[in-house]
Amino acid sequence: MIALLLILVPVIGGLITLFIKNKNTAKGFSLFVSIITLIFALIGVYSTQVNQLHFDVAWMPDLNSRITLGLDGLSKILSLLTAISLPVIITATYKNTYTNAGKFYGLMFLCQAGMLGVFLSMDALLFYFFWELALIPAYFLCSIWGGEKRIPVTFKFFVYTFVGSLLMLISILFIYSKTPDHSFAMQSFYHAKLSASQSQWMFWLFFIALAIKMPVFPFHTWQPDTYEQAPTAVTMLLSGVMVKMGVFGVIRWLLPIFPQASQTNSSIIITLSVIGMLYASLIAIRQNDMKRLIAYSSIAHVGLMCAALFSNQQVGMQGVLIQMFNHGINIIGLWIVADAIEKQFGTRKFSELGGLGQRAPTLAILFVVLCLANVALPLTNAFVGEFLMFNGLFRYNPVMAGIALIAIILAAVYTLNMIQKIFYGNTVALTANAHDSSFNINAALVILVIVVIVFGIYPQPMLNLAQESAKMFIAKIP
Amino acid sequence: MNAIIFSAGWGIIMMFCSFLVRNKSSFRHIAVVGLLVLLVVNILDSNGVAVFHIDSKNMLAYTRFGLLFNSIAIASTLIYVLLSGKDIARIGSYAAEYFILIFFVLCGVAILSSYNNLLMLFLGIEILSIPLYILTGSDKRNLKSNEASLKYFLMGSFSTALMVMGIALMYGGTGTFSLDVVRTETGLYKGVSFLEIIGLLFLMVSMCFKVSAAPFHFWTPDVYDGAPGVITSFMATIVKVAGFIAFLKLCYGRMTTTSTAIDWQLLFAVIIIATLLFGNITAIFQQSVKRMLAYSSIAQAGFMLFALFSLNDFASKGLLMYSAAYSLATIGLFAVLVKMKDVTFEGYNGLAKTQPVLAATNAIFLFSLAGIPLTAGFLAKYYMLASVVETGNYIWLVVVAVLFAAISTYYYFRVIQAMYFKTGEPQTENITGSFKFGLIALAAIIIIIGVLPQYLFNWLYF
Repeated sequence: MIALLLILVPVIGGLITLFIKNKNTAKGFSLFVSIITLIFALIGVYSTQVNQLHFDVAWMPDLNSRITLGLDGLSKILSLLTAISLPVIITATYKNTYTNAGKFYGLMFLCQAGMLGVFLSMDALLFYFFWELALIPAYFLCSIWGGEKRIPVTFKFFVYTFVGSLLMLISILFIYSKTPDHSFAMQSFYHAKLSASQSQWMFWLFFIALAIKMPVFPFHTWQPDTYEQAPTAVTMLLSGVMVKMGVFGVIRWLLPIFPQASQTNSSIIITLSVIGMLYASLIAIRQNDMKRLIAYSSIAHVGLMCAALFSNQQVGMQGVLIQMFNHGINIIGLWIVADAIEKQFGTRKFSELGGLGQRAPTLAILFVVLCLANVALPLTNAFVGEFLMFNGLFRYNPVMAGIALIAIILAAVYTLNMIQKIFYGNTVALTANAHDSSFNINAALVILVIVVIVFGIYPQPMLNLAQESAKMFIAKIP
Repeated sequence: MNAIIFSAGWGIIMMFCSFLVRNKSSFRHIAVVGLLVLLVVNILDSNGVAVFHIDSKNMLAYTRFGLLFNSIAIASTLIYVLLSGKDIARIGSYAAEYFILIFFVLCGVAILSSYNNLLMLFLGIEILSIPLYILTGSDKRNLKSNEASLKYFLMGSFSTALMVMGIALMYGGTGTFSLDVVRTETGLYKGVSFLEIIGLLFLMVSMCFKVSAAPFHFWTPDVYDGAPGVITSFMATIVKVAGFIAFLKLCYGRMTTTSTAIDWQLLFAVIIIATLLFGNITAIFQQSVKRMLAYSSIAQAGFMLFALFSLNDFASKGLLMYSAAYSLATIGLFAVLVKMKDVTFEGYNGLAKTQPVLAATNAIFLFSLAGIPLTAGFLAKYYMLASVVETGNYIWLVVVAVLFAAISTYYYFRVIQAMYFKTGEPQTENITGSFKFGLIALAAIIIIIGVLPQYLFNWLYF
């Protein structure tokens, strides 16, 4: 029941918000709905009753597809992330004014519902449905409220992901025709019988969809443009949560369905991911735009997750599960600061900013903590995940792990460089009369920073959640 | 049988109405009543209640499949007349005649969905086509409409001639017009004669003509563009899918049994690729929404051809699904299109601001055509792809098809981009509340079919 409510609350809340005309009512109502969703997610995380966590009802008997939703360790982590992100985003952007605010927040909720559906569904066709549905509101959000070049950029994003998901649909259809009982249920998919060459083909069709979403190296070109052009609130949702759909898809569907093929192809994918990490980090160093820098840094982080997933080690998998959550928290924090700076000064260029630390000390402190988390300093949340991921990668192939470590050093270079250029040094003309960040931004950032530090010092609850699922997924791989 | 006789009969009744009834606007209502009656008798027929018992000597066979298709076609026509009835009556000064011709077309549809004999196929195609030649030219003061009508007539008669030739050759090969042939397993190609294959090829070409499959699609854009918008809507939807149903029956009847002699699947694969290629690529370059929809109907035909390619359980179910999904969405799009003063993409700029209901429903119709989940169009595409995957071969064909489906989003989303993301002052004709309500109902049907297809299936297989 909890699982169903987690999707229904944002859907219904979103549909109502779509029709609220008054700006402030829309904001207040959406904050309320997002908090209710968060409460349900928290209940879901702490609940242990199986009948509460699962929901199952016939949907399309003709096709043997059921509406099966379930909360296990993996989906608990991700639904918690999805549910936390929205109240934080709404709080942080509370002072922003959007034309047609009701429509904006309504679409945000529909997008959130789609993503929650992806994380909760235990039926392949249902998964595909939600996978696509999360995209449509995002398409409208970016195209209506985005930056100058929003229409072509968002369409590029849409076409990329749509091609990927259609290829995934073929793969799903093919596996469906090979399942023992001709059903879309997750367990039947895990037991589908494919020959070696078939699973090789289907693996790649499936993987390309996930790789585009993550994004892994040659498929990443949509991402920086989209993040730059999208309204920042949507960028937070896209980078904080939606990219996790790709990583999630690998863990939930790709690895268990194609255990053999994922092992044989792991070297290619890990190589691509590591190339992507270095490539993105190097580009990030050269960026002058805050949003583009964070976008490239996100590609590097997700590349590491992808590499660790295919290293086929339990520690690596566990690290990915934790890091999915932590990366979401950290990057949302970075975007909030980027948005606050852009709103105040009308620019995101490092060359035009400087010395902000003197004028906005609170923002500076909070931002530095988030940046340190972004470079995975010990005692921040990201350290735990990255340590475990490198552990797994190292066991798989020390050389690859060594090369990937360079990207971590580069991450420190560009992140610290960003702090220095924006917050330190002397004030420039633009920042001379700057004021500190407003209360709502501070509130959102403080929540995130608390999460960063708590899970950095005491990661055990998250580790337990992750361990149980990591074991389960690794056990499926022969 | 009910549908054939009632549709022809109601057409004749309306002929008398055309000079007996003075009030012009009542023709529309008489037509709606006629369609309702038609729908009821057809559903009765599928429940075994036949009003007429005419022995057709097995020339017509009433299968569940055919009757279901009739129901879909009649229901779509009903929705079409309810939405666009006023616009139909406004084409010219002969308001009643347009409805009469639509009834005669439906008679042809009913024959095509139940023929069991090649002569009946010919008869059905002719009854279907001749009223359409007239309807295409019904805007008789418009030069483009006349040109389209003449083109359609010449091309149509040419393809009919090919069809007759094919039927004659097939008769020469097998000695019967019936769809099911008793074959002896001896002789060349296991009892399949060379003449029959040649005849079937002729027939295939002429059917490809009717369903506008490449490379026989060249008449389509000109005719669809030249004909009055409301008539294009009818031609592109109900008439086209009726052609597909007839084609499917032909494939089941004759092509499965002759596959020992010729690889039909390969032929269809080539036609599918060509159709998807021509339809999608040319649609990208259109500046007028009406013409774009004409090309998109070619592209959609490419997907419907998958049913003829795979010929399994998924195929026939899927084709029904596709015909419902495609017809409903296209009828909705055209209903809005005929209300627009400017039918180029620019004409749609900013429609979401001035007419939010029109824009929102239009977006749903476009999503359905593009095959986005939650709409009927997704399930339709799903069935088509599944039917090919089920055959086990030709997976590459599916990959090519989905790439084209992705391309199709380009021109469908151009309309959405114009409506939602661009600013402009779109000029529309007067939009009534009931029209908006009809559009919302249609969009709701599309979404209900997309979310809970079981309702459609239960209704279909009651």
